[in-house]
This record gives sequence, C-alpha cells and structure tokens, in this order.
Amino acid sequence: MARLTKSAATQEVTLDSKAPSGPIEERWDHRRFELKLVNPTNKRKYRIIMVGSGLAGGSAAASLSELGYNVDVFCYQDSPRRAHSIAAQGGINAAKNYRNDGDSIFRLFYDTVKGGDFRSRESNVYRLAQVSVDIIDQCVAQGVPFAREYGGLLDTRSFGGAQVSRTFYARGQTGQQLLLGAYQALERQIAAGTVKMHTRHEMLDLVVVDGRARGIVTRDMVTGEIETHMADAVVLGSGGYGNVFYLSTNAMGCNATAIWRAHKKGALFGNPCFTQIHPTCIPVTGDHQSKLTLMSESLRNDGRVWVPKKMGDNRPPHQIPEEERDYFLERKYPSFGNLVPRDVASRNAKEVCDQGRGVGPGGRGVYLDFADAINRLGKSVIRERYGNLFDMYSRITGENPYEVPMRIYPAVHYTMGGLWVDYQLMSTIPGLFVIGEANFSDHGANRLGASALMQGLADGYFILPYTIGDFLATVGANPLSPAEVPEAQEAEAGVRAQIDRLLSLKGKRTVDDIHRDLGHVMWDYCGMARSDAGLRKALDRIPELRQEFWQGVTVPGVNESLNQSLEKAGRVADFLELAELMCIDALHRTESCGGHFREESQTPDGEALRDDVHFSYVAAWEYTGNLADPRLHKEPLSFEYVHPTQRSYK
Amino acid sequence: MNLTLRVWRQQHESDEGRMNTYLARDISPDMSFLEMLDIVNEELTLQGEEPIAFDSDCREGICGMCGIVINGIPHGPDRGATACQLHMRWFKDGDTITIEPWRAKAFPVIKDLVVNRSAFDTIIQAGGYVSVSTGAAPEANSVPVGKETAERALDAAACIGCGACVAVCPNASAMLFMSAKVMHLGVLPQGQPEREQRVARMIETHDSLGFGSCTNIGECSAVCPAEISMETIAFMNRDLIASRIGRGTEPA
Repeated sequence: MARLTKSAATQEVTLDSKAPSGPIEERWDHRRFELKLVNPTNKRKYRIIMVGSGLAGGSAAASLSELGYNVDVFCYQDSPRRAHSIAAQGGINAAKNYRNDGDSIFRLFYDTVKGGDFRSRESNVYRLAQVSVDIIDQCVAQGVPFAREYGGLLDTRSFGGAQVSRTFYARGQTGQQLLLGAYQALERQIAAGTVKMHTRHEMLDLVVVDGRARGIVTRDMVTGEIETHMADAVVLGSGGYGNVFYLSTNAMGCNATAIWRAHKKGALFGNPCFTQIHPTCIPVTGDHQSKLTLMSESLRNDGRVWVPKKMGDNRPPHQIPEEERDYFLERKYPSFGNLVPRDVASRNAKEVCDQGRGVGPGGRGVYLDFADAINRLGKSVIRERYGNLFDMYSRITGENPYEVPMRIYPAVHYTMGGLWVDYQLMSTIPGLFVIGEANFSDHGANRLGASALMQGLADGYFILPYTIGDFLATVGANPLSPAEVPEAQEAEAGVRAQIDRLLSLKGKRTVDDIHRDLGHVMWDYCGMARSDAGLRKALDRIPELRQEFWQGVTVPGVNESLNQSLEKAGRVADFLELAELMCIDALHRTESCGGHFREESQTPDGEALRDDVHFSYVAAWEYTGNLADPRLHKEPLSFEYVHPTQRSYK
Repeated sequence: MNLTLRVWRQQHESDEGRMNTYLARDISPDMSFLEMLDIVNEELTLQGEEPIAFDSDCREGICGMCGIVINGIPHGPDRGATACQLHMRWFKDGDTITIEPWRAKAFPVIKDLVVNRSAFDTIIQAGGYVSVSTGAAPEANSVPVGKETAERALDAAACIGCGACVAVCPNASAMLFMSAKVMHLGVLPQGQPEREQRVARMIETHDSLGFGSCTNIGECSAVCPAEISMETIAFMNRDLIASRIGRGTEPA
C-alpha cells in the first residue's frame, strides 16, 4: 500500500492517483471490471463505518447495506434527514440531453473541467459525468418529485457556467428532495437491520491499526459517553469546512473535525485553500449575524445584476434611470452575462463594491433585479419559479423583491478542497475512504452550480459501493474489538484528554468570540482575493488566536450531559488549526485559479491568471506534527482531453 | 430593544424542569430569534452559567432541526416560517416572551429546549419509502408524471420533519407529518405498489409510539412552516380505508 513514492527526477514526493489510462470513455468500465468482488454471502461478514448522513453518506450507507454489508452510520444531528445537503436549492446536473440542445457526457465533463479551471483530475470528472444520468433515474424511482413539464416529462433549467439546460430541480428545494430520497432509502435499511444509526454522535478521532483505518472514537452528545467503534473500513462523508470563516452558508454544526482528525492521523489534505465564494447571498446586517443565507444561483437566470454607475449614488434603486445603471456582468461577459461561473460573478461583485459603487448598508451589496423578468413573464411565472426564495428573502430582510431589487453579496459556500483521495476514493490511509464535499476530488479550483449534489450522489450510489468492495476483498473480513487494540485505547485516551482540557478552560472570552475573529482573518486574507502580504499576516495572526483560545476562552458545563459549548469548542479548536493549513496552501500557490485569486497573478483585465507550468498539480499536505510546517506532496495533473486554456466567459 | 425572556430549563429527561427569567438587551430588529438567543447565551457563558440548550442547524428554515414554542405557538408568530427564520422585527421593546420546548409524550425532553424526535424516523422506517435498491431504476423519463401530480407530490414532500404539528396538537398526534409522506408517495406512480401496506404499517407504528389520534382540529396545518395542507390527512384516511376494505372500483 505504499502510495507515496519519491520521484527520482525531482526529489519531490509525488502521489499516484491510480486513475486508469486508455480512452477516457472506457476507463471506468475497465476499472469496474478489474475491481475485486466480495462474494454476496461474504458481504455480511464485513462492517463499514460511515461518518455523515448527507447526500454522499446517506446514499452510500443505503447502497452498501443493500449489497449486504453491515453499516454503522454516525451523524451529529438528531436525524440523518437534517444533513446540510438539505439546504441545496438550485438543482442537480445530468447529461441526459433531454432538451436536444447539444448536451452530452463529454460536454458535461468538458464544462466541469473548464469550470474547475483545470485543477481537477480528468478521469474522475469523466466518470462523474457518466454516472450523472444514472443518478436521475435512481432518484426518480425513489419518488423524488422533480419539476415536470405538462407532458409529464422531466423539466430542466440552465445554471451558471453552462450553455445547455441540464439542471434537474424540484422548485428551490432540490437538495431537500434528493436528501429525503437517500434518507428514505437509508431508513428502509435501518428497518431491515443492516444499518445501525447513531444520531447525536460526533466522531472525535480515527483509529489506525497497522497503518489501516479500523475505527473511530465518538462522543455521544446526549450522555457524553466516549465510545470506540471498529470496522473493516471507515468512510467519511462529513461535508466541507466553510465554517472556518465563521460566517458562511453552512449549517451551524458543519465542521471539519472528522477530516481534520483523520488528517492528523496521516490522511493527506488536498488543495485546502480552494474554497467557493457564492455570489448570491443575502448581505450581512451586523455583528450578531450567525450565518449567511444563500439565494439560489438559479435566480441569475432571470435576475439582472447591477450597481449604479456613479460612486456613492444613494438614491433608491427605482429612482436610478436605466442609463445610470451598470449591468456589469452583461457588460463584461456578453456571451454568459449574468450566468458566468460563481468565482467570476463573486469577484466582479467585490470589485464594484471596492470601487465604492456597492449598495445597501456598508456598501457591501449589488442589486439582483427581477423587474425585466416580471414585465416579460408576469409575476405569476416568477412566483412559480422562485416563490420560496422570494419569501425567504423578504422574511430575512423585510423587503419585497417583487417590488424592490434584491441585494446580494458573495459568501463562503463550499470547499472544493478536502482529504486527498485516489480514483477509488480512498485516502492515503488504507481503508479510509472519503466521499462528497469532504474529499477534494472533482471540482478543481471552482465548482459549477448544481454539481455538488451530483458529486455527492455519484460517490455514494455509484462509485464507492464498487471501489470499497475491491479493498474489502483484498484485505478480507477481520473483526476487531477495541479492547484488544492498543491504538484504540490510545485514541480514546486522547479524546478524553482533549475534552478535559477544554472543560478546564475558564477564561474571559467565549468560543464564538474567537471563532468570529478567526472568520474575519480568513475572510480578509484568505477570501475572495489573496496576496502574499495578506496571507503572511494571517499566518502570524492564526497561531496567536489559537493561543488566545487555549488560554482565554471559557467552556461551561460538564461532559456527561448535552453540552453545546463543549461541542463548539472542539470544532473551533480544529478550525484554528485547519485555517493555518489553508493559508499555507494559498501562499504557496502563487498562481490564480478558479476561486483562488492571487492578486499578484491576474490578466490585464483582472481575470484569474493560471500558471500551468508550475502549478498544474494537486497540492496534498501531510501533517508533520508541526502545524506551521506541513509537508507538500504533489499529484501532477495532465490534460489529454480538455486542453488548458485561459477560461473565457466573454 | 430590550426584552424579558421566560425560558424552560431542564437538566435532563427526568429533571422536573422550571421556567427561568432572563433579560435580552440591545436586540436589533434585524436579528433572527435564534440570534437573539445566541446573544443571551453569550452573556450567560461569560457569567459562568450554562447557556440555554436549543437545537438549530441550517438556520434557513429547511433542515427542521430547530423547534421551540414561542408565546404558545410552535415556531412563533410568523406563519409558514421556522423559529430560525423568525426575525425580531415581530417583537417590540419591553415584550415578555415565553419560550418552551415541544411538549409531547413521544418527544421526551433531552435538555432545556432540546427534545428527542427519533419517533419520526421510526415512522418513516415503517414504510415511508419506495423499495428501489440502487441500480434497479428504469430510465427516468420512461414513467411520465403529470405536472399537477408532481406539484401535489412536492407540496406534501415539502415537510421538514420539525415536529411543530405534534407540539401544537391537543392530542399530540403526528398525523400531519405521516400523511405528508403518505401523500407524497401515494400520488406518484413510483409509490403505487406499496401504497396500501405503507399506510397501514405507518399508522400502526405511529400509534405504538405514543402519538395521539387525529380529531381534525387543524392547528397542525396552521403552524406548519412548510404549510402542509390538511388535505394530506384526508388523503391518508382514504388510503387507510382502502387498505382495510379494498379500493373496489374506485379509481386510485
């Protein structure tokens, strides 16, 4: 299982993706045939741990259990149905070409590689596009109520970064409906007795035995009991780490603890600085703000983004005549207009606000105006398409978007980075698989809209169930009990020690207070625009914040009870470490690509300027015991099918 | 604005519990209700007291995790909204606000405002799904579903599983939650093969979990943040009768 090999030519540590070669359209088929199978009657001898119950974790757990494996599923919420996949609004891509508009598997692959600004692995992305069509079939069969046309066939809409209509949706609740489909499949397996569900449980460490992932240590969030669970393989589907920024569109509980603890046990972390800032969120109103709310990108289909041409123009929007408005996306990108990819839309919004042309409190907002669409299509059509989003907006802001343009501003939304995995979704720790947003895989440096749901379900329904079988067939079933494994007891002791240490903190600041400070540092220096000087400032500040945390916060309560302060403290302690790795990664990558915009690397007209000669690789970082000095491993990226070019959406 | 909060505090399931009074100071009308509670909790933490435990996750009204009774109304006064979407502009300076957990036999209190709603998952396990294993699905467009049918299914499928319907019901019945799932799957062609067993098994499970019966009062639908209609209950009752005595010649 030696997957880290020294390359003689460069003396750099390179990583092998284990991706197949040959014609790209045959690679997954060939690999599937090569994969070892576990005999159907032997599957029940294996136990698999699944951490997370969202689209990736839920769909994978249900599918594995249908195959006959025993699965233990853990989630921190009170039910698997709450996972944050539920909040995805807009849709899910699939290369069905139902519109006859020229879509194909190859085009979805092409768009995704290009949208990711040539920092993803071609083989993975092609496979993703291939299985996208099966996902829609599966979800429809489960009873997911996708939008339909009058003839009864599936409706689609177009989404940012694509010129075809390939996004399937269920009003603005697509994530909810897909998650409920996976959740119901999971509940069916729980009833069948092959999935054991552990709700309100948080994974706090990974147990590695003889170099293999063999279990996890969890805390029962109701009783405080620390438990060790052993298995033949461990799968993390625990989502992204956007909450490093304090304010994001993630749920309050979303955290990096599972992947970060696995990283500290040896799993490499891929492209940690690749984060997605979503252009259409409701602007911040004040320091009290606990989270940001996304307005689906689908709104950009009918909404027009603008700001006043003049700086400091404080007139209400309806008093600003047409000729004094700057529809800056339409002006700069005539062919994609308001539908440019998220990174481009976000950066342009920041730019016009930095010029002093932003609207709303603090000048941190741009208009998203539906007046034209309402005139053209009528209010009722707009209500049918976006009614729930409009309601949500007016609830939060107290304004009526049918009458007054929405105000939007970018916010942290998704993390493309995550634990490094090979083509078979296995991390650098054998037996540890990582799926969905928690891995780094398919989106490169920028994720296209409606691709997160696609990737989560692709990994869970159609990829992991095959690849994990290959691993299990290779190693054989070998049940272990925690009592016979010193590594399990050590991990458990470490978890208890950290909890004791957190509960002994009786300083003068709250955990949220430090988290908010960390968020400001990350947003200012590792957000939409990054520079050498800024990142160095962040790298000075983050260790100080860590010290302030471990010396200055107070954590009330005890372990043996529901203790939300303790939960939060453990998560923020991990964010304070991960943040440093993100900044180190951002500093080392002196090029701009996708959502990673280095101010030093831009084209004359301000677009992200890649440096393919030096940075066409995945940066996978190894924990060395010293947070300030992780070791870099590189997975070189080669592009045989989509030739890297400067992305242009003009 | 400044507010007085009367909040239910309960250490654990078997603790008797009590109402405590707290002050919420300098609250902005732009805050959400839960952000107001965050601020009170920050103060409590700094005073060395345990903050008020309450569930919340997405804070955008879709995950169904939050659920508290505000002045006697689950999720508070804003119709069609969850507690996390309720904003403080609904209140005025000097108000006293009473905050309690869901109260129902089937939802035991874990701590303060946090309750155990796993009974909802148990109801879904009894049949709230279509039995289709991964890989077995036919081509998605091979079974047309009329637009109106899809819309009806989605209206019912919009349920977020928060439990407000149970909390408000004088009988602590989970009929609205259950019927939303029965109708979502029952109107779609994919849900037909298991339609009759589904309703029978779910109702049997529902009754065994300590939820009460439905007496068509309708408060459930009035407080439902997803605005699930009472029509779902009628739909379910029809399916239940069909499952007991057969559907006869009546169209499905």
